[in-house]
Amino acid sequence: MRTRQNRKSFPVYILVFLAPAVIIYTIFMVFPLLDSLRLSFFSITEQNREIFVGIQNYITLLTDSNYAPRFWGALKNNLVFFTIHMVVQNSIALLLAALLASGIKGSSLYRTVLFMPTVLSVVIIGFIWQLILNPLWGVAESILQAVSLEALFKPWLGLPGTALITVSLISVWQFVGIPMILFFAALIGIPEELMEAARVDGSSGWQTFWRIKFPLILPTVGIVAILTFVGNFNAFDLIYTMKGANAGPDFSTDIMGTLFYRTFFGQQLQLGNPTMGATVATMMFLIILSGVLIYIFLWQRRIQTVEM
Amino acid sequence: MTNTIDRHKPSTLPFIYRFRRFLEGLFPHLILMGYGIIVLFPIFLIIINSFKSRKAIFGMPFQIPGPETFSLIGYETVISRSNFQVYFMNSIIVTVAALILTLLIGAMAAFALAEYPFRGNALLGLYLAIGIMIPIRLGTVGILKLMVNLSLVNTLMGLILIYIAQALPLTVFILSQFFRQVPKELKDAARIDGASEYRIFFLVVPLVRPAIGAIGIFTMIPIWNDLWFPLVVAPSPKTATVTLGVQQFLGQFVSDWNAVLSSLTLAMVPILIFYLIFSRQMIRSITEGALK
Repeated sequence: MRTRQNRKSFPVYILVFLAPAVIIYTIFMVFPLLDSLRLSFFSITEQNREIFVGIQNYITLLTDSNYAPRFWGALKNNLVFFTIHMVVQNSIALLLAALLASGIKGSSLYRTVLFMPTVLSVVIIGFIWQLILNPLWGVAESILQAVSLEALFKPWLGLPGTALITVSLISVWQFVGIPMILFFAALIGIPEELMEAARVDGSSGWQTFWRIKFPLILPTVGIVAILTFVGNFNAFDLIYTMKGANAGPDFSTDIMGTLFYRTFFGQQLQLGNPTMGATVATMMFLIILSGVLIYIFLWQRRIQTVEM
Repeated sequence: MTNTIDRHKPSTLPFIYRFRRFLEGLFPHLILMGYGIIVLFPIFLIIINSFKSRKAIFGMPFQIPGPETFSLIGYETVISRSNFQVYFMNSIIVTVAALILTLLIGAMAAFALAEYPFRGNALLGLYLAIGIMIPIRLGTVGILKLMVNLSLVNTLMGLILIYIAQALPLTVFILSQFFRQVPKELKDAARIDGASEYRIFFLVVPLVRPAIGAIGIFTMIPIWNDLWFPLVVAPSPKTATVTLGVQQFLGQFVSDWNAVLSSLTLAMVPILIFYLIFSRQMIRSITEGALK
């Protein structure tokens, strides 16, 4: 029988349980992350030696005429990408969730359908939309024609002015299911008595939603916002699939993920540069981290005080 | 009680009021169906056109393939010109291996965190939870360097290890909450019977099976769909996964519409079937998980 005979020493079985997870996680996630942070302060010579350069890589990234326009451009585009997700994706998700949670018939069938694109790979989604929006096939044009709006049709993906918005909306189309389910879960979790009381007071559906339900699901709104933020500033697959690593036309769809890939591996005339890649990754890390910290310390704390 | 009132009310109300209520009830369905069509139509359009001749794809894109327009030419090109079978095998090996190992290793760690109040327990839990919010991709420069040093570039093993590391944080976090809910009496009874801690672990695991199932599904999908790590760590034709294989194949065959549509359908259908089988369970588990 295994009793705690030697209290002082750490029980072996705890080590056995924890070791595989801790070792794999540390070696393949934590260590590479720290190594990337470290490499952003180094430069690699032609003899493959690492030399410490302090914050030189960051200065280069933020001021050099080759890097800075790309960095600020990608950051700006990423903010647009995120804003479109926050406004369009999360509003549609909230509307759909509110309808689904209203006790409507066939709610589970609707949920299954609306969640479907989320499980497909971004590569597939990217190509599907590329085909549909392709003027050669003309499917999108025919659909617009059916509602007499064909004058609106343009090769949206190919024009610098519309490419980023188009790609963002395709991403919204794919991922709207996730916030929808999270909002739905929060809405059906609201105690029925509260709704009952509101109905007795004679408030309309619209009023009940915004005055009672919405404030109650604010914690979920925060979770959705931070998930959208982390996902968007880490996005890569869709742009790479639809517009390649150069994120054309004229870098108009370039976001942090594609900038990171290009900087790390190089593209066409530009050579790949691991330490500059690590610098871009560290900037992404800082952006995501600041988002997470704002969420934890400002949003969650405020929600808690409101709840009290 | 409200039901009986509702049932009586409409008959006594004027027609115009009843009609308004009917419209109000219809409206949500119209929105949901409208959005449902926006979701389904693109997928449907790709699948039906993959079974048509090139002429019909361009001539009548919205029609279901008929006897005259039916063609499997695209599928023939995909099967003969690509390594789809290899890609599928690679994806299955990587996904299944990563999944099983994540669940086993993750459950062990989660059990230890939930069961034993050893020193540093909370700190270790926090350490493992960092990976929930910080995407593993940001460590790619370090990961590639590590893979080169361990000679794991262009191996499925490399991918499997990365995906385990990626999936562990959330797995451990969620499972440890479920293990905490397992009644203590059960484990104590087993201990009195002389069961070892390892034995108790395997006794308790079946009790959190629903959670394991849900986490399993959510671990699988991002691994199966990932483009980044196959592209960066294992891009060789021998180790390419379906997602990467499709991406590269489509890049080469952009102008062969039959082949493009067929390969998209081939890549999409297995996941859709899997989804339709498990969708209820999946959506229920997020709904319940989010309520916790």
